[in-house]
Parts: sequence; structure tokens; C-alpha cells
Amino acid sequence: MATATLEPTVAQAALVEFLLRIGDNTLILGHRVSEWCGRGPALEEDIALANTALDLIGQTQLWLGLAGEVEGQGRSADDLAYLRDGYEFRNILLVERPNGDFGMTLMRQFVFDAWHYLLLKALEGSADRRIAEIAEKAFKEVSYHLDRSRDLVIRLGDGSAESHRRMQEALDDLWAFTGEMFVGDAADAALAEAGVIPEPQSLKVGWDEIVSDTLTEATLKPPADGYMHKGGRRGVHTEHLGYLLAEMQFLQRAYPGATW
Amino acid sequence: MATALHPSVDEVWHWLSKVPDPEIPVISLTDLGVIRDVGWRDDTLVVTVTPTYSGCPATTVINLDIERALAEKGLDRVRLERQLSPAWTTDWISPEGREKLRAYGIAPPTDGTAADGILMKRIDRLSGRSNLTIACPRCGSTATEKISQFGSTPCKASYRCTECLEPFDYFKCI
Repeated sequence: MATATLEPTVAQAALVEFLLRIGDNTLILGHRVSEWCGRGPALEEDIALANTALDLIGQTQLWLGLAGEVEGQGRSADDLAYLRDGYEFRNILLVERPNGDFGMTLMRQFVFDAWHYLLLKALEGSADRRIAEIAEKAFKEVSYHLDRSRDLVIRLGDGSAESHRRMQEALDDLWAFTGEMFVGDAADAALAEAGVIPEPQSLKVGWDEIVSDTLTEATLKPPADGYMHKGGRRGVHTEHLGYLLAEMQFLQRAYPGATW
Repeated sequence: MATALHPSVDEVWHWLSKVPDPEIPVISLTDLGVIRDVGWRDDTLVVTVTPTYSGCPATTVINLDIERALAEKGLDRVRLERQLSPAWTTDWISPEGREKLRAYGIAPPTDGTAADGILMKRIDRLSGRSNLTIACPRCGSTATEKISQFGSTPCKASYRCTECLEPFDYFKCI
């Protein structure tokens, strides 16, 4: 479209893409975890899950807020969260997986936290100061998430026969969704080249180390790397995202602009 | 230069030191260390605030409380600016603030143990049962154990004293 205004540069488009990816990950996982509110197996766990969700939603406001700013079309973090459709979401498929039982939720949290921790640590050194600042803030919170999810994976894995069985099943179910974290595309390559983000693949070694140490201690057996599901990062999602969005976006869709 | 009509920056800091934290009203916003800067920009007072946790719902209330407290002092041209970096740390809670927390029944953050990003070290410290540095705010015993890494607000964890058996909140270190 020929207009008087400048087209966004390739770098700008790549940056928006990255910010949506990281912001959608925290948004969708935050919403998923918040589904536990009032349903935790113990009061302390209920509170811990709700607090984790709160941190993730807080981080979403920062990431999607910046995405809207860089995009420059006047969209706020709320607009991006509530007024996009499924194919416009850029989260990895892992975070839209249904909660399942408590063990499944914790295992999903752990494999995500280990990656999120390493990603944020790398982003603290981003050439883009705005990204480095958000990463610095979020990193502290996520270190805490990882401490907790790692601890619980060990306790439940190396727990009773029943908890061990459930944790192994959760791991086997979720494993095929972990590969997407480490696959980059042209947008990632452009930003990595400019020192804005790390190459997704570069986080794999550290992730393998955290995960393998933890699983050993948890007496769980890592599945063999086989087929890995992908698509979320370019907007191709599983059926689960639509149901999640239907609930999350209902209010703004039914009553546009509603506030309290 | 600020005109003589402006209250001094020191005076504004003093006023802000009287504004209680909305979640833990025994400490003030300046005790908590969330106010990073106060300064005049022409006729507007600019207060720079940093959030404790990025999703803490108290952040919005803190901003409203600052505006209200300053409006009561007759300042109507106030702008709040958010500053993310350097990220807030519990090391910024003042010594007076720590004492007020303890007196209120919340174990204050252990000095100098804010998250340093060295994960394994933190895991050793947090997952072990040797929480020797976290003393029960009621009886002072260091025989305490962690119940949950999270508590009634994002900034707290739940602990229990194995001497007097009281559960208590611990203001966790970040």
C-alpha cells in the first residue's frame, strides 16, 4: 500500500514479532495457570499458582505494551491481549496445553521456566535497552518460579509410586512440545544478528543441563527426542487456544471497551 | 530553577515518607524503596516510581495514593513516571522498614540475599531445611521451615516456626 508514511522497516517488524512471541507466551501461560485459582490441591499451592500467574500477566503488560509501542498503530497491551484472534497469537504450543492434573501443570511450568529463565538472562544483555530493562525485572520473578517448579518436580517425581507415575506421564506427554522453544526463523536471525535477542538454538545446551539434572534427581526418565510439534510461533495453533481465548476475551468481545 | 512557591524536594520526600504501603500499612512507600526520584520539571513535580513485582496489583494503588497525598498538600501538577531499571530489590527496604515489618509479624528479607541469578546457590539455600537466617518474628527462634514459596501477596512466602509453632509471612528476597 503506497502511503506518505514510511513502511515499518524489516527490523521493526521483526521486533514486533519477537515481542508478541514473548508476551503471548506469558499471557497464555499466565491465563492457563490462573485457571487453578480456587482449585489448587492445597491452599498454599493455590496461592503459589495464582501468584505465578500474576507475575506472568504483569510481565505480559510490559512485553505487549512495548509491542504496541514499537508497532506504532496505537494498540495497547489490552488491545493486543483481548482483540486479536487465534491465528494472530504467537505463543508456543506448550503454553496452551490444557492444565491436566497438578503434576501436568507443574511439569509444563518447569520445562517452560527453565527456558524462560535462560532466555531472560540472555535478554538482560540485549542491545535494545527497553528489552533489557523488562528482562531484568522479569528475570528475578522467573528465577523464583524455576526454584519452585524444579523443587516440586523433584518432590513429586521422587515421591510416591502414584506421583512418580503421573509426573512421568506428564513429561512423556509434554516432551514433544519442548522443541519449539529452540527453533528460530528469519525474524529471530535478524534480531540475533543485531544483538537484540539470543539465537533460540543457543539456549538448548543450558536447558538440557537444567532439565537433565532435575529429572535425574526426580528419578524421571527423559523421553527420546522424536517428532516435535511446532506452529504456535507463526500463528498455527492447536484447538485448545480457541477455547482459552473464548473465555479470556469474552468480556471485551461482548462489551467492547468495558472498564472498571 | 524551581520558584520559591514550590515546596522543596526534601519536603516532598518527607510527605511521601508518611504514605503507607497499601498492602502492608505499617511501612511507608519510602521504607519500601519504590520511590526512586523526586524532582521539579518546570511547574510539574515528577515522581519516579518502580514496581516491586511486575504484576503486583498494589502498584496502581500506590500511584493513586501518591497522587492523593500530594494533592492534599496542594500539588496538582504531578506526573508519575515508571522506572524499571535498576529493578527493585528487597535490599532497598530501609532498616527502619525492616524493623517495622518484624514488629508487625512479617519476617523481613534477610539482608544482602537478594536474587543474584546464581540459580543453584539459591536452590540450595531455599530448598534446604537450614533456613537459619530466617527468624520467627514472634519468638525470635531460627528453627523455622518453609511452607510455601508464596504467601498472601506476591512479595511474601509462608513459613512456620517449629519452636512456637506459629505460621508467619516472610518478605522474600528478590
